[in-house]
Amino acid sequence: MQERLKQYFQHILPPVDFCSLRYVNTRSEKLSVRQNVAVPPTQRHDVGVMLTVINKGGLGYAATSDVSESGLRQAVTQAREWAQRSQGRMVIDLSSIVMPQPRGEYASVVQQPWESLSLSEKIELLSREAAQCTIQDKIVDWQTSLWNVQSEQIYLTSQGGEVNQLIQYLVPSIRVVANEGVNTQSRTLGGHGCARQGGLEVLDQIGFFGTGSKLAEEALQLLIAPNCPTECLDLLLAPDQMTLQLHESIGHPLELDRILGDERNYAGTSFVTLDMFGTYQYGSKLLNVTYDPTRPEELASYGFDDDGMPAKKTYLIRQGLLQTPLGGLFSQARAGLAGVANARACNWNRPPIDRIANLNIEPGESTWEEMIDSIKRGILMRSNLSWSIDDSRNKFQFGCEWGQLIKNGKLTQVVKNPNYRGISATFWRNLKRVGNQETYEVLGLTNCGKGEPNQAVRVGHASPACVFANVDVFGGV
Amino acid sequence: MQHYFYTLTDILDRHLQPNEIYLCHFTAEQSDFIRFNRAKVRQPGSVEQRYLELELIDGSRHTSGQTTLTGHLETDKDRLRRLLAELREQLPQVPEDPYLLYTQTVHSSEMVAKNTLPKAQEVFIDILEETQSYDFVGIYAGGGIFTGFANSFGQRNWHSNYNFNLDFSFYHEKDKAVKSAYAGFQWDTKSFQDQMARVKTQFEILKRPSQTIAPGNYRVYLAPAAVHEILHLLTWGGFSLKSQRTKDSSLRRMLETPTQTLHPSVTLLENTAEGIAPAFQAKGFVRPDQVTLIEQGRYHSPLVSPRTAKEYGVPTNGANDEESPVSLDLAAGSVPMTEVLKTLDKGIYINNLWYLNYSDRAACRMTGMTRFATFWVDRGEIVAPLSVMRFDETLYNLLGDHLIGLTKEREFIMESDTYEVRSANSARLPGALVEGFTLTL
Repeated sequence: MQERLKQYFQHILPPVDFCSLRYVNTRSEKLSVRQNVAVPPTQRHDVGVMLTVINKGGLGYAATSDVSESGLRQAVTQAREWAQRSQGRMVIDLSSIVMPQPRGEYASVVQQPWESLSLSEKIELLSREAAQCTIQDKIVDWQTSLWNVQSEQIYLTSQGGEVNQLIQYLVPSIRVVANEGVNTQSRTLGGHGCARQGGLEVLDQIGFFGTGSKLAEEALQLLIAPNCPTECLDLLLAPDQMTLQLHESIGHPLELDRILGDERNYAGTSFVTLDMFGTYQYGSKLLNVTYDPTRPEELASYGFDDDGMPAKKTYLIRQGLLQTPLGGLFSQARAGLAGVANARACNWNRPPIDRIANLNIEPGESTWEEMIDSIKRGILMRSNLSWSIDDSRNKFQFGCEWGQLIKNGKLTQVVKNPNYRGISATFWRNLKRVGNQETYEVLGLTNCGKGEPNQAVRVGHASPACVFANVDVFGGV
Repeated sequence: MQHYFYTLTDILDRHLQPNEIYLCHFTAEQSDFIRFNRAKVRQPGSVEQRYLELELIDGSRHTSGQTTLTGHLETDKDRLRRLLAELREQLPQVPEDPYLLYTQTVHSSEMVAKNTLPKAQEVFIDILEETQSYDFVGIYAGGGIFTGFANSFGQRNWHSNYNFNLDFSFYHEKDKAVKSAYAGFQWDTKSFQDQMARVKTQFEILKRPSQTIAPGNYRVYLAPAAVHEILHLLTWGGFSLKSQRTKDSSLRRMLETPTQTLHPSVTLLENTAEGIAPAFQAKGFVRPDQVTLIEQGRYHSPLVSPRTAKEYGVPTNGANDEESPVSLDLAAGSVPMTEVLKTLDKGIYINNLWYLNYSDRAACRMTGMTRFATFWVDRGEIVAPLSVMRFDETLYNLLGDHLIGLTKEREFIMESDTYEVRSANSARLPGALVEGFTLTL
């Protein structure tokens, strides 16, 4: 297909300042077993192409599922018409932007291909794990699932740029629900956030096997637990809640297109302003945050973003000091700030915008035991359940599946419905311990939503466990 | 597009083996998207996409696959044949499904809309001219949406719809803005200008010095867009029979405790007849004109997908797999819109809520933020814009004990979601006056 695409692209190239072709060919399959019954498998084959034209200060795109030469020709004509119409009306001064002409490739590392097990073997694998969830009648719902995605992406530019990327990832999931009366409690594998690049080896990496019965036991423990108290406590967050905290209150506020106002009608703005980069103390000195597309197992690793910028690890926050925004080529030019390669599109039919990619908190020095020992009165929370934050990404309220009180350096009572609330601008300054490599987990989500038109993209997050001082926590009613 | 889809299904009919059944769902759109920021263009473009989902059934085994279509018959015939062969190869490996349910009674239908939309390239000049002196941000999404269904029993359904949705905000400073939408099926420059004039009037109030209030309980007016956010959260499994039977529905206290009710003025329907979504779902079941979800404050009926229907031995009402409503309808109340400020007297006028989620799902307790134009009202007059606040409140307070009244007039809201496809969901809703609304941060 690649050679054919290159030929078509050469044939349809219009006389414009810049033209690019972005082809995406994705095959995916979802398998699931719910309450010991296999849900019929679904597969999806999605192919299409986006043509982008920049000419005389105007920009336009057109995307189509018709990848024939005539389809591409029609698309490039539409894109060119949009570019002509938008001349002199763009919010971006396109003359200040030099489009890259990248050459390179990237491929996910896969040790055990999805196809190495037959369909029936994979359903059997899910059935075995599901069967382990039903340890008591109070377990009223349980589901195991796997979603495999293999996506080939080709990016060509009118000046000879050519990038090939093959991304493969696996999204495993387990959810167990326990009920008694009006009380229902659930536990999930990693708060639904265990996606990674790779093949079936991911299941071993994230501890998929044998987790069903453990989650069921924990859901039953939550059923008989008291509500989380309403109190100001030290808060120990496990990595499967840290990733959500990081995502919502560092990732989104640092997106440069939000800071520039593009998202104000939908996803929102940011409490971060352009003048804060290089001067603003975002968190305590223990806070080190990186954009890191180089970890092969992490969900949003890639070689180049969708504007052709090469991706490399960059510190966004170092020792608590805000340094670099999450902004791609266009936003960097608009803001006059250096950024990262994070212009990403969710598919062939949506244009690239600034996105969180892999966003990580670098490990610190505290062991798990040291963190618990350090807490006189506090609470451990695991696995995200609920999330809500204002449009400036400042006032947040998050809920977790699992809470456990900490008294005088010891984990004690399990509590249900644990929630906490805070303000991003002060919360991270109260970061008082960062876990070491032993507490560090690489996780990932597939449903980060943003953009007009809307786009849901995959994001990778890696984090150690962390302790925050003086957080308002509360429970259910 | 309709003829093309039927041509493909004819091919499927010919390639089917005697023991096989197929269900086929087609979705396509020709969309224009123009993104704006600061009354200029950020990203303009067009998208043409066609997807076909095929479910192959043999006995009680079934499997499904989706493919993109190019619009070229020979290429698409090949894709379809390949998909059929792949599904056929998979079938023996798939366990028998005790919950398989498909309709064998043929209910064909056709709803062919006329395209009266102007070219988007022309509309955007109107938009830019009307917004030049403002900090205008948002998106125009418009064009045709096409949905089809076919099965091997001969059922054929078609639904086309040409609409547009300009979803936008006027910003004053920081997070002070008025949000609105101009949506419909025919672009009318005069109506558009009238809508803009209304928004600009509200925008002027934002220029007053903003006020900050302390957390606490307040008397509030929730405009229809804010009520929509609350009801939208309930669509996450609230009305689903599967969620109810697995004890996961956020409305289960209403189900299991007869004394737990909402205000008697709350009657909520899934009103397919008045919505803009197709009257058939992806498996070919036809939706009734209305399903009453809540009647006079009491829980009435769930939404039931074919799969759930088979599992629990109840009739399906044509719900989608997620069992979430797509054409919500909350009955009107008795408070005239013109009396809202007077009735509110002293409190908060909330135009929009944002980022709702459950803080205690079992108690249907939800949290979220005020967003866009939120005003402090005193003696029945808007006094000043307010800074954003977080709320945390149960539905049983919001639309139950603490509900003062719903407005007599309702708004028709066309959802502006464009994740993967342009949404055909809609809602017809009144505003709500509420006592003791809890703000926490």
